[in-house]
Amino acid sequence: MEKVILLFSEVYKILYVLIPLLVSVAMIVWLDRRIWAFVQKRRGPNVVGPFGLFQTLADALKYIFKEIIIPASSNKIIFILAPIVTMTLALIAWAVIPFSEDYVLADINVGILYIFAVSSLGVYGIIMGGWASNSKYPFLGSIRSAAQMVSYEVSIGVIIINVLLCVGSLNLSDIVLAQEKIWFVIPLFPMFVIFFISSLAETNRPPFDLPEAEAELVAGYQTEYSGMMYAMFWLGEYANILLMCALGSILFLGGWLAPMDIPLFDMVPPPAWLILKILFLFILFALIKAIVPRYRYDQLMRLGWKVFLPFSLIWVVLTSGYLLYFDLLPVY
Amino acid sequence: MNIIRIFKTIFLIDFLTGLLIAIKESFKPKKTINYPFEKGKISPRYRGEHALRRYPNGEERCIACKLCEAVCPAQAITIESTAREDGSRKTTRYDIDMLKCIYCGLCEESCPVDAIVQGPNFEFATHTREELYYNKEKLLENGDRWENVLAANIKADNPYR
Repeated sequence: MEKVILLFSEVYKILYVLIPLLVSVAMIVWLDRRIWAFVQKRRGPNVVGPFGLFQTLADALKYIFKEIIIPASSNKIIFILAPIVTMTLALIAWAVIPFSEDYVLADINVGILYIFAVSSLGVYGIIMGGWASNSKYPFLGSIRSAAQMVSYEVSIGVIIINVLLCVGSLNLSDIVLAQEKIWFVIPLFPMFVIFFISSLAETNRPPFDLPEAEAELVAGYQTEYSGMMYAMFWLGEYANILLMCALGSILFLGGWLAPMDIPLFDMVPPPAWLILKILFLFILFALIKAIVPRYRYDQLMRLGWKVFLPFSLIWVVLTSGYLLYFDLLPVY
Repeated sequence: MNIIRIFKTIFLIDFLTGLLIAIKESFKPKKTINYPFEKGKISPRYRGEHALRRYPNGEERCIACKLCEAVCPAQAITIESTAREDGSRKTTRYDIDMLKCIYCGLCEESCPVDAIVQGPNFEFATHTREELYYNKEKLLENGDRWENVLAANIKADNPYR
């Protein structure tokens, strides 16, 4: 009996994170399209519900009732598995995101490594989708995506080392609490910029959306997908974008902490601060989607390997040297 | 020169200017309209859905001269006619295949009695192809429905014909 109660309480906790997450993914798709439209002086989706807020739900309903087409020449098991893998991996990473000091699903000590591992696995969903489709465009798209995500993960890893040097712990809650005096965005500003750009590449957002470059590759690895399976890719993609925004705000913008310790800011519940920061980063994501042209593939690779990687490595040396010289290394 | 470029690259100057412009532009008035709820202005010459008009006393205008049938470049119009009891020549059949039609407006231009006209209606999409094979009944019905607008449009465009 005790075990059943424990199980139910765990499931309850998971749903408590999962359902708001899925709803916010739907809202964020709407926000994305809306901002994109506003920059181009269009109106964007504004018919379904107030301000078109329910547009994504209507789209999801449409996807559910659409036929799922499985190409005859595809590898059926992998083909069906690919969107499931993508979505699951995008969602399970949220388990370690701390929304406030005690509101975190799994407060594990290697939270940042866990997120890193899960987001690295995310590339499998795309490769599987591209390979199993047995078609030219998905194949090329998934190859591009694999190379791109691997390249930028390297620089993200090095950037995270910078942050970890200042914190001395891999626990995400500790990382946030270490920023009580000053957010890391101020001392590590160049790293924040590189992290932001790398996370654009990591989530296949413009200007790095080469895996689904519609002018060249139709829709990249999603070309052969339809109906609910396509929607799951989509959901996973946006959940991943939100995850990267959350990671950015936890690593650099002080997570759930208020910007200043004044009574007015203390009244706002901590999760609201995190959500505000995620929203801020996402609006930047959306604005960038509207203004930048797509990178050429060699430019993308050059940026990743020849600019970001050396620069963030040099910054690791600088940070560690500074911390060592002034004897500021955190010891746990 | 080169140093300025390097400076610009490192500090993402062009990118940030672009971002500022994007934010500024997004608050400006929209260039598009809320289509199903508000519609763009249509000129009196607009070549939309066809209609067959009547005289105010209810008599059909069409005299079955078949000029429109002859001039139609897509050969979308089919006309058959007989003499009526009072001796006037009237159509027994007036079909337009709206799928063949290229909406060039030559039928309207060739008509000596302003019978066949192209109205302002452009929202006549259907679920099946068969619904777009218009016959005389449908065209006359269109004419009755849009008569006010059609007459006004012809009057407005008259000086330029």
